[in-house]
Amino acid sequence: MTSPTTSLAWERRRHTVARFWRGYRTHRAGLHGLAGLALIALLALAAPLIVGSDVQSVTEAPGTALEPPSAEFPLGTDQFGRSLLGLLIWGARISLLVGLLAAALSVAIGTLVGIIAGHYGGWFSTVVMRITDWFLVMPTLVLAIVLATVMSRSMWTVVLAIGVTSWPTTARLVRAQTIAVESRPYIERATALGGGHRHVMTRHVLPNVMPLVLAQTTLGISTAILTEATLAFLGLGDPTVVSWGGMLQDAREAGAVSSGHWWYLAPPGIAIALVALAFTLCGRAVESVLNPKLGVGR
Amino acid sequence: MSLLEVRDLRVTYGSGATAVPAVRGVDLTLEPGTKLGVAGESGCGKSTLALALLRLLPASARIEGEILLDGDDVLAMSWGRLRAVRWAGASIVFQGAMHSLNAVHRIGDQIAEPLLVHGRATPAAARARVGELLEHVGLPAARAAAYPHELSGGQRQRVMIAMALACDPRLIVADEPTTALDVMIQAQILRLIERLVAEQSISLLMISHDLAVLADTCDRLAVMYAGRVVEEGPARTVYEAASHPYGRALSSAFPRIGDPASRRAPRGLPGDPPDPADLPGGCTFHPRCPVAVDACAEHDQELREAGAGRRAACVHVGSTS
Amino acid sequence: MSLLSARGLHVTFPGRRGAPPARAVDGVDLDIGAGEIVALVGESGCGKTTLARSLLGLVRPTSGAVAFDGQPLAYSSGALRAYRKRAQLVLQDPSGSLNPRHTVYDAVAEGLRIHGYAGDERAAVAGALARAGLRPPERFFLRYPHELSGGQRQRVVIAGALVLEPELIVADEPVASLDASVRGEILALLLRLRDELGLSALVVTHDLGLAWNIADRVAVMYLGRVVETGPVESVLTNPRHPYTRALLSVLPESEGAPVILTGEPPDPSRIPSGCRFHARCQLLASGEATAVADRCRGEELPVLGGGGGRAVACHWATTS
Repeated sequence: MTSPTTSLAWERRRHTVARFWRGYRTHRAGLHGLAGLALIALLALAAPLIVGSDVQSVTEAPGTALEPPSAEFPLGTDQFGRSLLGLLIWGARISLLVGLLAAALSVAIGTLVGIIAGHYGGWFSTVVMRITDWFLVMPTLVLAIVLATVMSRSMWTVVLAIGVTSWPTTARLVRAQTIAVESRPYIERATALGGGHRHVMTRHVLPNVMPLVLAQTTLGISTAILTEATLAFLGLGDPTVVSWGGMLQDAREAGAVSSGHWWYLAPPGIAIALVALAFTLCGRAVESVLNPKLGVGR
Repeated sequence: MSLLEVRDLRVTYGSGATAVPAVRGVDLTLEPGTKLGVAGESGCGKSTLALALLRLLPASARIEGEILLDGDDVLAMSWGRLRAVRWAGASIVFQGAMHSLNAVHRIGDQIAEPLLVHGRATPAAARARVGELLEHVGLPAARAAAYPHELSGGQRQRVMIAMALACDPRLIVADEPTTALDVMIQAQILRLIERLVAEQSISLLMISHDLAVLADTCDRLAVMYAGRVVEEGPARTVYEAASHPYGRALSSAFPRIGDPASRRAPRGLPGDPPDPADLPGGCTFHPRCPVAVDACAEHDQELREAGAGRRAACVHVGSTS
Repeated sequence: MSLLSARGLHVTFPGRRGAPPARAVDGVDLDIGAGEIVALVGESGCGKTTLARSLLGLVRPTSGAVAFDGQPLAYSSGALRAYRKRAQLVLQDPSGSLNPRHTVYDAVAEGLRIHGYAGDERAAVAGALARAGLRPPERFFLRYPHELSGGQRQRVVIAGALVLEPELIVADEPVASLDASVRGEILALLLRLRDELGLSALVVTHDLGLAWNIADRVAVMYLGRVVETGPVESVLTNPRHPYTRALLSVLPESEGAPVILTGEPPDPSRIPSGCRFHARCQLLASGEATAVADRCRGEELPVLGGGGGRAVACHWATTS
């Protein structure tokens, strides 16, 4: 297409985004979630400037072990004398990254399985959905623990473990939506034009399940962050990087629970809860803007 | 006295800059025991008119004018009086019977509901009346136990008519009662409506986009365009020799089989129905009109006399006769 | 030679929950010549839509064969794709047959993209839109279906079919959901396309007036079979099958008393023996056809030929 057509197409997209934003703006909880996320994301991105990567270093720790909060260390220090505030900010990077990647992986698998099962139907769909059900009833955490144990200890293992265990919900939703879309006459028109399975799935079904997928991703991130924290807390995370779950585990190992070192335990826990809450609020707002029929409250 | 008299009815959706006029000054009269057809295409305001008659429009709609049912203004009456009118004065048959029936209740219970709600009948009497009504519309009384999905389209439309008849109304407003039905079923339903209207001397206001069906069923016809009546008169004359070019276009849209003039010559109107939010100036029909003159773009046309009992809103009417 | 021909076509759907199988199409021969418009008329549930879909290869016939341009239809995906470049479908509901998330340009270009069109896509889309009466075409490129009127949407659907330069269009109730004033315009468009491009068309409808407006030949279908066929003028002005007569008699402007058949069209999973219309036949009920009554109830009628001639499947009409 020539450039005027392309620029008009961009104009259209801009309008779509503007319309989405107008809808989103009416959700107060969603706005709060977004503001919280922006703040945390900014801190995580700016972490190398604020605290620097040597905050993780055990050998060059600036303080003594387990100092309570003070002017120099606002949240105190850990058992190696590292600044807990610095670790908390640095840990946001891993927690967010793992959360995003794992949610994206999980939703990608779920969408693929859902569309294929919904499109082909018949015995194929039945078999695929039975497998999905099997994953659905498996305790996700147990499965993730098994996966994280048998594979090498790295961040990617955690992403993979979360991704491959949490897709079934998305798969079920996407399958239902696919079946609804495929009953529309424009699918028959596409088939009569000569469009094959791939054409129908990518050109017609995918754009129509995207709103659902987008909402599902936002909601999935908070679950993924929680699971990452759990795995790290259980000692199945990557031991070479700092994450919020890992900090909790360190605190437990250092005996923070019994010795009353609350400054070691509380901040990572609160951070996890806040980020998960922020993503959930955003996800709910996105969902209700894109799928007004769901009737999600404001 | 006329059973129904509509005077300068105006209905506007929304307000301020986004106000959309749906009905823009309609006058109609319906004598007891007669049948009036209202024709027009989608967006011309005919369904809004039907809903306005029973004050069924959403709260966002602003209604002006008068709707006199037996001399009482429907728009001004109290809620209690309005409810009485809705039950016994006039009832409405909608298009799309599937959506107007509640899928989880037996049809017998749905027909009996108005009878029971107002304490007009004991449950036993209501049951008897439901059986009577069903047989009246050509369904076995035993079908009262059926759910809507167990019935065919034609049978559901019969149930809708039975519901409309439940409280012996004096006026039935039928909004596209046969759209989406097959020719044979459509004929059955139209005959049924005709028979009921004749037997019980009910008045009928029927709305459709099919001028041929209206001409066949009704005594008088009103053709609506862009929220106004542009032509009115005895049904057969309007259908066969419309004075307004829009009436002519509608009547030639459905061909007469055997008429060589329409063979391999489908006729329609160029252009699309006007957008009520953005109506053309002057006569609203002029952009699509085959006989428009320069004055049509400037001056709006009022309804004027166009022969015995006929009125039309066209610059050519009256000037030539 | 005819462009499309069906011989002994049967489409049977398995019955649900122990019900007998539904014989939606129960033995149909039908030919469509090059540049010919054929109207397939019947009530809903008579199998006309299933027949149309089986002619396009969208439903695989249980038995019988469809041939296009002398070649029997093959059901491999490659052969079907090649066939679908030459035969196009236009559906009843233009709002539903356009993807709400695709612009007009995308909707029309869809066929070109499927078939890997090598030429100038933009010019082809513009040409098809203009041909379908949307002028100037560039103004419509980036509109979405919900911004168009019903008539414009149907024109977009027709443009999407035209863009592949097909030889045959199968239109399933192309004007049933359109306004009266727009109806004539769309029908005139179909007629013009035949005159200008030599397109053949099969128009599936319950509207006999539509057949009178545009078709050359009409086939009246009842319960999975064609019961009367022939040139439009002769079938519609001088119907011989009692079913055709009844359909014509209930039209609002027809003369004489309407013959209103009672009940709904019967069930394709329980087709009566003998003449499939005998249970609703007004001639049998009035005693006019008493002479052939036994044959009506017991003797099956032959499948009518698909060609251009006048034919009727009725014991009474063929003996009297």
